Amino acid sequence: MTENNKYDVEKNVQVEENETYSLNDDRRVKVLSPGAMVAKRFFRNRIAVVGLSILVAMFLFSFVGGVISPYNEKQFFYRYDQRIKEIAGAKENTDFRYLIKDADRFTSIVQATAVLNINKGESQFTMTGNKSPYHINQTAEGLYEISVDGHVIGAVCKSILSLDGETADYDLNYNALKAFLSDQKTFVLDGVNYEVDETGGLLRDGKEIGYVSSYVVSPIGAVSDFSRDFKEELQYFLETNDEAGNFKRNGENEKTQFVYKNPTSGEEETYIVSFNAADSRWVIKRYQAEYVYDLYSAPSKEHWLGTEGNGMDMLTRLMYGGRVSLVIGFIVVFIETSLGIVMGGISGYFGGAVDFLIMRIVDIMFCIPSTPILIIIGAAMDALGVDPTIRMIYLMLILGFLGWPGIAHMVRGQILSLREQEFMTAAEATGLSAKRRIFKHLVPNVMPQLIVSATMGLGSAILVEATLSFLGLGVRFPFASWGNIINGVNDTYVLTTYLWVWIPAGICILLTVLAFNLVGDGLRDAFDPKMKR
Amino acid sequence: MKKYIIKRILVSILILFFVAFCIYALMRCLPHSYVETIARQKSMQPNSKSYEEWLAQLNAAYNLDKNIVPGFFGWLGNAIRLDFGDSWSWTVPVTQKFSDVIWLSFVMGVISFVLELIIAIPLGVVAATHQYSKLDYVISLIALAGISLPTFFFASLLKLVFSVKLGWFELYGLVGRYYNQLDSWGQFLDKAHHLVLPITTLVVLSIGSLMRYTRTNMLEVLSSDYVRTARAKGLPEKDVIFKHAFRNTLIPLVTIVGGSLPGLFSGALITETLYGLPGIGFTSYQSMTQGDIPFSMFYMVFLSMLTLVGNLITDILYAVVDPRVRLA
Repeated sequence: MTENNKYDVEKNVQVEENETYSLNDDRRVKVLSPGAMVAKRFFRNRIAVVGLSILVAMFLFSFVGGVISPYNEKQFFYRYDQRIKEIAGAKENTDFRYLIKDADRFTSIVQATAVLNINKGESQFTMTGNKSPYHINQTAEGLYEISVDGHVIGAVCKSILSLDGETADYDLNYNALKAFLSDQKTFVLDGVNYEVDETGGLLRDGKEIGYVSSYVVSPIGAVSDFSRDFKEELQYFLETNDEAGNFKRNGENEKTQFVYKNPTSGEEETYIVSFNAADSRWVIKRYQAEYVYDLYSAPSKEHWLGTEGNGMDMLTRLMYGGRVSLVIGFIVVFIETSLGIVMGGISGYFGGAVDFLIMRIVDIMFCIPSTPILIIIGAAMDALGVDPTIRMIYLMLILGFLGWPGIAHMVRGQILSLREQEFMTAAEATGLSAKRRIFKHLVPNVMPQLIVSATMGLGSAILVEATLSFLGLGVRFPFASWGNIINGVNDTYVLTTYLWVWIPAGICILLTVLAFNLVGDGLRDAFDPKMKR
Repeated sequence: MKKYIIKRILVSILILFFVAFCIYALMRCLPHSYVETIARQKSMQPNSKSYEEWLAQLNAAYNLDKNIVPGFFGWLGNAIRLDFGDSWSWTVPVTQKFSDVIWLSFVMGVISFVLELIIAIPLGVVAATHQYSKLDYVISLIALAGISLPTFFFASLLKLVFSVKLGWFELYGLVGRYYNQLDSWGQFLDKAHHLVLPITTLVVLSIGSLMRYTRTNMLEVLSSDYVRTARAKGLPEKDVIFKHAFRNTLIPLVTIVGGSLPGLFSGALITETLYGLPGIGFTSYQSMTQGDIPFSMFYMVFLSMLTLVGNLITDILYAVVDPRVRLA
């Protein structure tokens, strides 16, 4: 530090301490740069400051919020949903079933006649075309053997033998049923000992191979078969409830709970049993937890704004949607402003034929209806199946390209009046190039209007993007944008029931566009030197 | 004046020519899948020609087999004779479909435009005369909110409140379920009832810009010298505002209002679509999404024409209303 500087500093300190300036001292007048003046005027405008704070909040929400949020933009959520699913039908076998030994003689007409006569209580019957009578021999309670000419041709019974994994021939079937229905619980067949236990289980050499029951339990859907234990429990349950009259038979389905304790896992499973009188069948239903997309769930602790139609977290989608909407807005405005500056600057500075040409292009662009064009291009991209990312880029380019004529028009008008001023003559006299004169001397003078129109343009770009996305022609899934989030409201059910799906996004759009407009207004007033306030 | 108008009309026709060409070129660049769909359908029929033959025949019928430039002149030649071809998706001549649907849009446009004028201009005047007061802030904020509201969001809100919660109006459509059983007065009332929400939507969304325009111009006039003079000579404030200031504000207002008159025919694309009203906007939206080139082409050229006529009216009115303006 030189002596001189040191002295200066000391002097300054001294002056500040004394706080006395001479009357003609420049330091008495507080001088603000033009930028600071604008900022001061802007911040004095309370509404504009409100707009600015909304904007800051929206930016934080969109750009920081996405980082803070525990969820991802494309993260799906699932939940377990309890659904009643029909898993089985049970039927008490009230019809006779036939055990066929001699299929040639025990034809279906003989079977039918036999059942008819059993019901009548006859012990024999004849068939036309066959002189010898058919004998009905009741060998056990509910088991009838049919024979003709001393030959057993088949049997009729209401109970059923089901074997694990093998088919039973006539003899095994008949003997097992006979053993089940009579008191004699054991029999010998082909030198093998069989036993039927009390619950109807059929044991071969002490090993269980099947069981006899008068209920048919048939699985429905994904369940392939039930364990015998389950079937027995169910049968017991049906019998006891049936006797107690718990099932209404007047056609109305009474729901009765059947609790089954799974012996292997020890868990209790609850089934809902209802009786369908129309086909005298029990329907066994079960609450099954299904792993499904967490669609349209209401706001909760995990999802502050609920989830939307694809099972994604609404708040996170809103944050990422804000990013997309804001970024699209900025890029669109950047494209249209730069194009507008270049075209308007050239047109205004050079005038003549160039000006005429550019202004006619502007006239034509003004006349081209932009909304229909965007809709047609959107529909065409739909038809071509354009990738969502590329689609988004196209959207920005098209929106930017459709927007520049307005800015070019404004820039040209300003430059036309500016280029006649003295500083431009001076710039020309110093021999600056045309490019430099336009972009260094003229355009900065248009900056205030440009900033205002860009701010307003941001709002309208977001609005246009949202409208297109709402129509399904803008930003597409899997990307979120505020417009395509509201798209769900096209479904009247969503409109009326799931308010959290569309209202927050709408408020986001409204607030952001409003804030851009407020800030734009505030900036215009602040830039205007005529403004007294 | 006469010379100026003739010159402007000629320039407008030239611009319209180029606009139509741009639109035609754009439409031709699109994949004309609709023709292909029709050709495929026709070739599916028994004993039919092959797909390629049908496609060639249809392309020839719609002037799609030529290049863009000769195709455009073919279209233009017909269009000058007001023959815009047959709409593909409506299967009637474009002009017939147009005349079927335009009047609904026009009626909606006129009603909402009148309401807009009645609401926006007084509000703008009030806001300007009470500049920086609370009233001014509230009005300006409402106007800005109207501009910033997305149409679809506002329409959905209206539907939720007035159709679903209160049940006053129906969600969609122009006519109710029992429309055909009503007498003509009842039919009129039914239609009017269905138009309440759409017109509300249109009015709320459009008053903002006109109100702000009124306010800006009124402020400009209020700060001018002759208003100061009027105040200085002791005129009551009412006279200053309505006799001196407001009449001069009318100059820009009349020009812009006159310029937006042709726009009454343009229909409200989004609003009509949201409420399912069979106006020109909804019809053309459906045509555009279905790739109906003749109708979309017609609609867009029609819109451009309306814009040009609107600009022309604005410029002429500007000279007519304000005697200080001399047109070269």
